[in-house]
Amino acid sequence: MKQIYFDNNATTQVAPEVLEAMLPYFSPQYGNASSMHSFGRDAKVGLENARESCAEILSAEPSEIVFCSGGTEADNICLKGAARALKHKRRRIVISAIEHSAILQSAESLAQEGFDVQIAPVTSEGFVTTETLANLVDEDTAIVSIMQANNEIGTIQDIPALVEIAHAKGALFHTDAVQAFGKIPVSVEELGVDLLSLSAHKIYGPKGTGLAFVRSGVKIESLVQGGSHEKSRRPGTENVPGIIGLTKAMEVSVTMIEEEYLRLNRLSQRFLTSVRANIADVILNGPEFPESEISNLPDSLLRTPQTVNLSFAGAEGEAIILSLDLEGIAVSSGSACSAGAVDPSPVLLAIGQTPELAKSSIRFSMGRHTTQDEIEYVGNVLPKIIERLRSMSPAYAASKR
Amino acid sequence: MNKNNSTDSENNLKSKGRVLVALSGGVDSSVALYLLQEQGYEVIGAHMKLWDFSEVGGEMKKDGRCCTLESIDDCRSLCAKIGVPFYVLNFVDRFREEVIENFVSEYRAGRTPNPCVVCNTRMKWESFLKRARELGCDYMATGHYATIKRYEETGRYYLIPGEDVTRDQSYALWGLSQDALAHTLLPVGEMEKSEVRRQAHAHDVRTADKPESREICFITDNNYHRFLREWEQKRGRDFEGGDIVNEEGEKIGQHKGVSFYTLGQRKGLGIYYRQPVYVKKIDTANNQIVVSGADGLHECDLDVSEINWMAIDRPTEPFKASVKIRYLHKAAEATITPVDENTVRVTFASKQRAVTPGQSAVFYRDKVVLGGGVISKVG
Repeated sequence: MKQIYFDNNATTQVAPEVLEAMLPYFSPQYGNASSMHSFGRDAKVGLENARESCAEILSAEPSEIVFCSGGTEADNICLKGAARALKHKRRRIVISAIEHSAILQSAESLAQEGFDVQIAPVTSEGFVTTETLANLVDEDTAIVSIMQANNEIGTIQDIPALVEIAHAKGALFHTDAVQAFGKIPVSVEELGVDLLSLSAHKIYGPKGTGLAFVRSGVKIESLVQGGSHEKSRRPGTENVPGIIGLTKAMEVSVTMIEEEYLRLNRLSQRFLTSVRANIADVILNGPEFPESEISNLPDSLLRTPQTVNLSFAGAEGEAIILSLDLEGIAVSSGSACSAGAVDPSPVLLAIGQTPELAKSSIRFSMGRHTTQDEIEYVGNVLPKIIERLRSMSPAYAASKR
Repeated sequence: MNKNNSTDSENNLKSKGRVLVALSGGVDSSVALYLLQEQGYEVIGAHMKLWDFSEVGGEMKKDGRCCTLESIDDCRSLCAKIGVPFYVLNFVDRFREEVIENFVSEYRAGRTPNPCVVCNTRMKWESFLKRARELGCDYMATGHYATIKRYEETGRYYLIPGEDVTRDQSYALWGLSQDALAHTLLPVGEMEKSEVRRQAHAHDVRTADKPESREICFITDNNYHRFLREWEQKRGRDFEGGDIVNEEGEKIGQHKGVSFYTLGQRKGLGIYYRQPVYVKKIDTANNQIVVSGADGLHECDLDVSEINWMAIDRPTEPFKASVKIRYLHKAAEATITPVDENTVRVTFASKQRAVTPGQSAVFYRDKVVLGGGVISKVG
């Protein structure tokens, strides 16, 4: 059976050049980067070169890079670490309503510790407006955390404008750039953020590796104790092969941003056009796509090019995912809980989608390996599945009468 | 990228049909999955996620219940081993609305519900069956112990209780429609338990020796008082205490809320009386628990409502049948008289102990389930 992977926002395959770069660090350069001998030194050289390269890509300083296990940990390090370091001075935390659960749950646990957590609502396209944020940030605000690009609907925030509001009140600003990096330019200098999270496995790198950017002078309280690795900000023997893989994945991704943006935007547009032509009652969640014929990266980017999140009234998301899986097509919906069951997406509820439609939503996320043929194949299979599911839905039939 | 698996078109041609198998993580449904695959069906495993610990509270017991991550992992590895797809289906919202809320409101109304019956009717043979159809399945299957046969003369599907009365599950399956029966496979429905376990060991099923669970799945600690209290507390609802009275209406004790008592109950009444007393009646209108001596508990007459007729059309004349009024009750002879479209009067030939409103009454004749319903009135 043909197998098609349209779930690249969940994870991606490791690029061959990334794997190749990692292999020597499993053996023979397997040393512990903290050791004094030549094995350790070899690993340390690899590690510090990687740190320099990551820093350069992000327009940061090497000392501002904290390697860790991925996006979730980076979010925890940034939000909990920075808030706890400021707990005697500032007690408010502001996050958006469409953050990843790593931020939502970190904020919940900070609320338990006595922080005042404020959640900024978003527009129907998923934007946090500067007015909304200005109303929530005050002199007592320790940190604002708003993700750069949303994982479910693709909305890209105007981070520099939001940062300005936070900084005006003396608050720190963190952005989760896990879904933005590699798809659009990400520079901490241009964004103006104090903290930022990245993950390797969303950009054709290995799982279990990521980084937190912590601007020089910003204090964070470490989540774990046990050594002086990463300047005690993240103790634990460094995952050198993973870090090498992350770095290579970042290096490869940034060389392809414009080309991939234009290609994926074109593919997503074609997919959307085909779906809209063949399936009635389809809603695109998140901002509209830019023109498919653009030849340069637009100045103002409102959405990531690879994320097509659609609601199909009258068909349940769970049934659509499983039916597509039986046809060899991998997609997802909402946030998968640990048991692998589908829950209605809080992101879709936050943009004002009804619970019914939120449960009828599917995220198609294209990637570096997605082809025109695949777009056409899925475009052919999908209408039949939606039609079959709708034919079994008494509620949908009633709404059509 | 092009990996072959068992759902490819070549296999479909030989398949006897596609089946969605409801896996609990237990031994019966695991063996059902193996047997169907051996019989040439294209099988897909699915676990129904019905509730979450964060919502129902209590403590997880060690015996690997349904809906725990351990059970889900057991199901997943089972399916991975035989190379078939496995899905977790999220029915948490529907289960809360259809089963848990009904369970709570029944106790509130002074009745003793059968949540497993409601779950079978509303979840397994409605929501799950619908999901099976949506996935292009011809059948759904479970590990229940009972069989389904089609009778050519009538064109009807009959539900036949399992041979071993201690294991028979037909009592909880009376709500299935003809359409549901026609699209259901019960592969271990006739097998001896020892044979099920032997098959499980032969296929190296991790859960081969797992004990059977008969308790209510979402009451994780088997303490329904704790469950009701916590559930209602979260919703800001209290239980009102009141009087325990004898048959003459004299107050002889205090109760903590009518929801915490069941008919025939003797323990936990907190009464020292001249004779052992039992709950005879739960009177929600007067917020009273009426108690009597042991012989006051026996009744001949009851009304049964919400009826589903299985093997027969809705009767218009009285007829005789064996009637079972709780899971472990030995079916007793009775006359069944239609009252209206959805209600019958059941008159037992001899008095039965603790006929309990809210419990199911299931009618049997000639080793076939005629139908069933919910006891709505006693006496």
